[in-house]
Amino acid sequence: MSSDQLPITNYLLPITHYHYMKLQKLLRDDRFWQIAGQAIAFLLVVILIALLWDNLTYNLRQLGIQLGFDFLGVQASFDIGETVIPYDPSNSYGQAIFVGLINSLRVVVLGLILATIFGLIFGIAQLSDNWLVQRLAVAYVEIFRNVPLLLQLFFWYFAVFLNLPGIENPIALFGAAYLTGQGVFFPWIEATAGAGIWLVLLLVGIVSAIALWRWRGRVMVERGRAGNQIWYALGSILGAIAIAFILTRSIPFRLNLPQATQGQIEGGLRLSPEFCALLAGLVIYTSSYIAEIVRAGILAVPKGQWEAARALGLKPNRIMQMVILPQALRVIIPPLTSQYLNLAKNSSLAIAVGFPDVYFVASTTFNQTGRAVEVMLLIMMTYLTTSLTISLVMNLYNRSVQIKER
Amino acid sequence: MQIQSSAPPTPPTSPLNWVQKNLFSTWYNSILTLVCLAVIVWGLSSFISWVVSTAQWEIVGANLRLFFVGRFPHELYWRVWTALGLILSLAGICWGYIVRKSPLFSRTILFGLGALIAAILLLPIELSARLWILAIAIISIVGYAAGRKLPPNISPWLTAAWGLVFIVNLWLIGGGLGLTSVPTNVWSGLLLTLLTAICGIVLSFPFGVVRAFSILYIEVVRGLPLIGILFLAQVMLPLFLPPYLRNLDRVLRAIAGLVLFSAAYLAENIRGGLQAIPRGQFEAAKALGLSPPLVVLLIVLPQALKAVIPAIVGQFIGLLKDTSLLSLFGLLELTGISRSILAQPQFLGRYAEVYLFIGLLYWLFCYGMSTASRYLERKLNVS
Amino acid sequence: MFKRSLLLLGVALVATPLAACSQFYAQSPQPQGTAQPGASPAAGGTLDAAKSRGRLVCGVSGTLPGFSYVDQAGKYSGLDVDICRAVAAALFDDPNAVDFRNLNAKERFTALQAGEVDILSRNTTWTISRDTSVGLEFLPVTFYDGQGVMVRKSAGTKDLKGLQGKAVCMETGTTTEQNFADQMRKLGVKYTPLVFDDANAVYAAYEQGRCQAVSTDRSGLVSRRTTLKNPQDNIILETLLSKEPLAPAVKNGDSRWYDAVKWTIYGLIEAEELGINSQNIDQFAKSQDPVVRRLLGTEGNLGQGAGLPNDFVARAIRKVGNYGEIYSRNLGPGTQFNLPRGQNDIWAKGGLHYAPPFR
Repeated sequence: MSSDQLPITNYLLPITHYHYMKLQKLLRDDRFWQIAGQAIAFLLVVILIALLWDNLTYNLRQLGIQLGFDFLGVQASFDIGETVIPYDPSNSYGQAIFVGLINSLRVVVLGLILATIFGLIFGIAQLSDNWLVQRLAVAYVEIFRNVPLLLQLFFWYFAVFLNLPGIENPIALFGAAYLTGQGVFFPWIEATAGAGIWLVLLLVGIVSAIALWRWRGRVMVERGRAGNQIWYALGSILGAIAIAFILTRSIPFRLNLPQATQGQIEGGLRLSPEFCALLAGLVIYTSSYIAEIVRAGILAVPKGQWEAARALGLKPNRIMQMVILPQALRVIIPPLTSQYLNLAKNSSLAIAVGFPDVYFVASTTFNQTGRAVEVMLLIMMTYLTTSLTISLVMNLYNRSVQIKER
Repeated sequence: MQIQSSAPPTPPTSPLNWVQKNLFSTWYNSILTLVCLAVIVWGLSSFISWVVSTAQWEIVGANLRLFFVGRFPHELYWRVWTALGLILSLAGICWGYIVRKSPLFSRTILFGLGALIAAILLLPIELSARLWILAIAIISIVGYAAGRKLPPNISPWLTAAWGLVFIVNLWLIGGGLGLTSVPTNVWSGLLLTLLTAICGIVLSFPFGVVRAFSILYIEVVRGLPLIGILFLAQVMLPLFLPPYLRNLDRVLRAIAGLVLFSAAYLAENIRGGLQAIPRGQFEAAKALGLSPPLVVLLIVLPQALKAVIPAIVGQFIGLLKDTSLLSLFGLLELTGISRSILAQPQFLGRYAEVYLFIGLLYWLFCYGMSTASRYLERKLNVS
Repeated sequence: MFKRSLLLLGVALVATPLAACSQFYAQSPQPQGTAQPGASPAAGGTLDAAKSRGRLVCGVSGTLPGFSYVDQAGKYSGLDVDICRAVAAALFDDPNAVDFRNLNAKERFTALQAGEVDILSRNTTWTISRDTSVGLEFLPVTFYDGQGVMVRKSAGTKDLKGLQGKAVCMETGTTTEQNFADQMRKLGVKYTPLVFDDANAVYAAYEQGRCQAVSTDRSGLVSRRTTLKNPQDNIILETLLSKEPLAPAVKNGDSRWYDAVKWTIYGLIEAEELGINSQNIDQFAKSQDPVVRRLLGTEGNLGQGAGLPNDFVARAIRKVGNYGEIYSRNLGPGTQFNLPRGQNDIWAKGGLHYAPPFR
């Protein structure tokens, strides 16, 4: 190479051509860019966090606000409209937030169950061969998916549940349930003494029913004998009930029917309009997404599976249970998990309808104490824990339905 | 010897046949059909009777301006109309460009024209608004016709045009630099909804593309409800900023919250799109001698973006719905301004009418966009 | 070897500005105790910011007729609104040089802390916790109020005990919740609180019959009752649950701004004590009474110490009126509220408004 072709750096800096080539080689090396990228990202994050922390402490000092979680022990002095555990205003802020947490969990657990059921129904309905049913299901999904959840909540609360008649002349459903503007009253079961034994035995019965169901299913598949799954499962549950009855010689459950008497409704289980509106909005909104997921999952099963199952002479419900659903579940579970997480997070919209969930109570605590940072951390921890729990459980289930490859 | 192939024989289908096959094929299907028919008839009839007789729609008609542009100064409406006109004309051009291989008139176009004429004639708006809508419609149709004539490799220019329109619209609505500035607390109604959603998605794009975002950030943001992140942005963001930046406008804080939220989801989507690119592309690029940054810029990003556009559109639709949460923080976008309209003394208690109206508006946007994106996807994949 | 040294160089290059920045922030804050007269602390300077902006940013409610209400045309009116207008008149000689921001009860404090508004004039109760731990500085009380309860006339409730087992609607973020809980605990009455994040939702639920009572400041009840469908079907109970001195507020740590606004408000009260109003101020401007002359700025330079022009009170009175005029314009006999002055009269007439001397 002639000297007038050397790069200009050779004349300005004491870097030889050898170093220049080394640099070029470095810049073309994938690993360099990966490491450099990660290092730069890490540095940026560190700088950002340091700057933010500096600003935060400076601003807090200017405003004269201290950081610390001691305010949780201070008396709350505000009342909460709906609590499951006993609470009164002389309890601490920490206990108030705990009450809110239980309210949230109530809504989330019930919402998950109902949303799954509704989602399954409408998802399978979308694949029905009945044209009317299929179109109705599609309309349901398209309508409720494309309207914001907050709007649906407002609609349910202000336009539906608050417009129910007053408690003096309620709407009666089958004479057992009452719909009023003060709440919805259901018949409920009350447990008296001896219920503990019944519940334990019932739990044992249900667990063994599930185990028996799966055993008979395996027998059906492996040995081709009649499974009689339902008989085994039912038998287990009935057996548990019989043992409980023999041990305690009584039925420790009493039906508590709501009675409408002269402007009051006594007894039964009362669900407040706030709870009902929140539940209705969440369930219907999430179920429209779950319906889509279920439909996509069932459609993902190759058509050949259906035809092969039919060629083998299986009845439609057996096809669903033994061939289609296990394969569909593999596709359904991951997006279903994210919808469950969405439901748990969307329950924070309870503040819009006045239902005291954990976000609402934490927000009230912030208003009374002015502690933005600590309250924010509490809210974050609560929701992160809930999300992690749901993800963990669903991931375990997911792993059990995935194909076991070598 | 050639054998002519003919279509398989199909049984003659008459309407009665169709009904029997689709609605009454088995006994439980028949019961289902009857039950559904009963429910539909009862539901529709009571709904229609409510709409026509019991419901009082004056609240919607009297407040149309508030719903759409909120408290924007009346004399500056031409700026909003101009912004809308720019968007729709560019959309017309793009649409014409995409469907240039299809026939000129289709069912959707005729349907759209019909809806437009109905809107111009029937809506209870003032004359100047009707004229503006007419003008914008004409310009869009002209744009559509022009778009069909564009040469095929003009897409980068169209993207640049969209960027320019976005900036010009921000200038038109916000003011400054020659136009009277309109303070952000006056932006409200559907205008604010669209503005925050578009700014949110546009600003979260660079964040989502930069893969340097740690798993920690994404997981934390995805574990929090959006209302918590907006609370963080409204209440705590000022505490994290240096004093000269502290007077951050409320709308900006809301957009910051939305960006923080959607950037995490967008990062996940884009990561998925990146994983979908075949390895052969990387190897071919390296064989050609491209350095890694150039590979990302020229080969990876264009393909990844094309793969994730459906996800991004879905994200935008979700963001549009999530802007309704801003009403809980005092911002008067569509949901917020409807709550304050419902507090007007002469229209107390008209919840169902107002919520149905804005529900319809949201539904039109979201369903329209998802249908359009599916349509676009089909067109882009075929062409 | 080459890679590692490059990396180290990069780290060093980036870390230096970081260290420099943190030094900058660590040096700026001044300890809380030192208040230098006339000097604005690093976080303050609202007076200068407002002056350079040429407009005052005022946080109000916007949904409370009589105190701060914005009608469909976008016009603001009310007692709190007029106080802001008076401050703007004192600063800029223009009562319309104000930008109003509607704030709900939850976000009002953070808006003030963040500097989004210069003054919070939003019927906020002055309490120790808000003054100290929330980081606000309260100005003179503009309305002495108490918490009340509104029920339906048909319910026949006479006092708080009649609310046993009933549902009561309240707005979150206010002292209302705690006051109500305290009083009911003292009386041993069980009730169901229904708390919403938005005042409109509170009254909507009350109208629909979800709750049998609504509780907030008495002035708020009087004001919102006029917006109900049948105002005369609702009565406000005589019981007062608490003291609610409503005062505007500014941010902590800005004494110059605080002094300026405080003395403007005191100027309104002092003017009413001396009998000066917007109609006769021109005559009073020619008065020889040294008290009047000092107040109106014809003599002395009291305004300078506060960072305002000497005739700042005169400007406010001329453009907006004294406290009495502001009160009667918004809540007086000519309005639908017709609230008697009561505690809100000047001290000479038996009320609680008392301005320190302008000397």
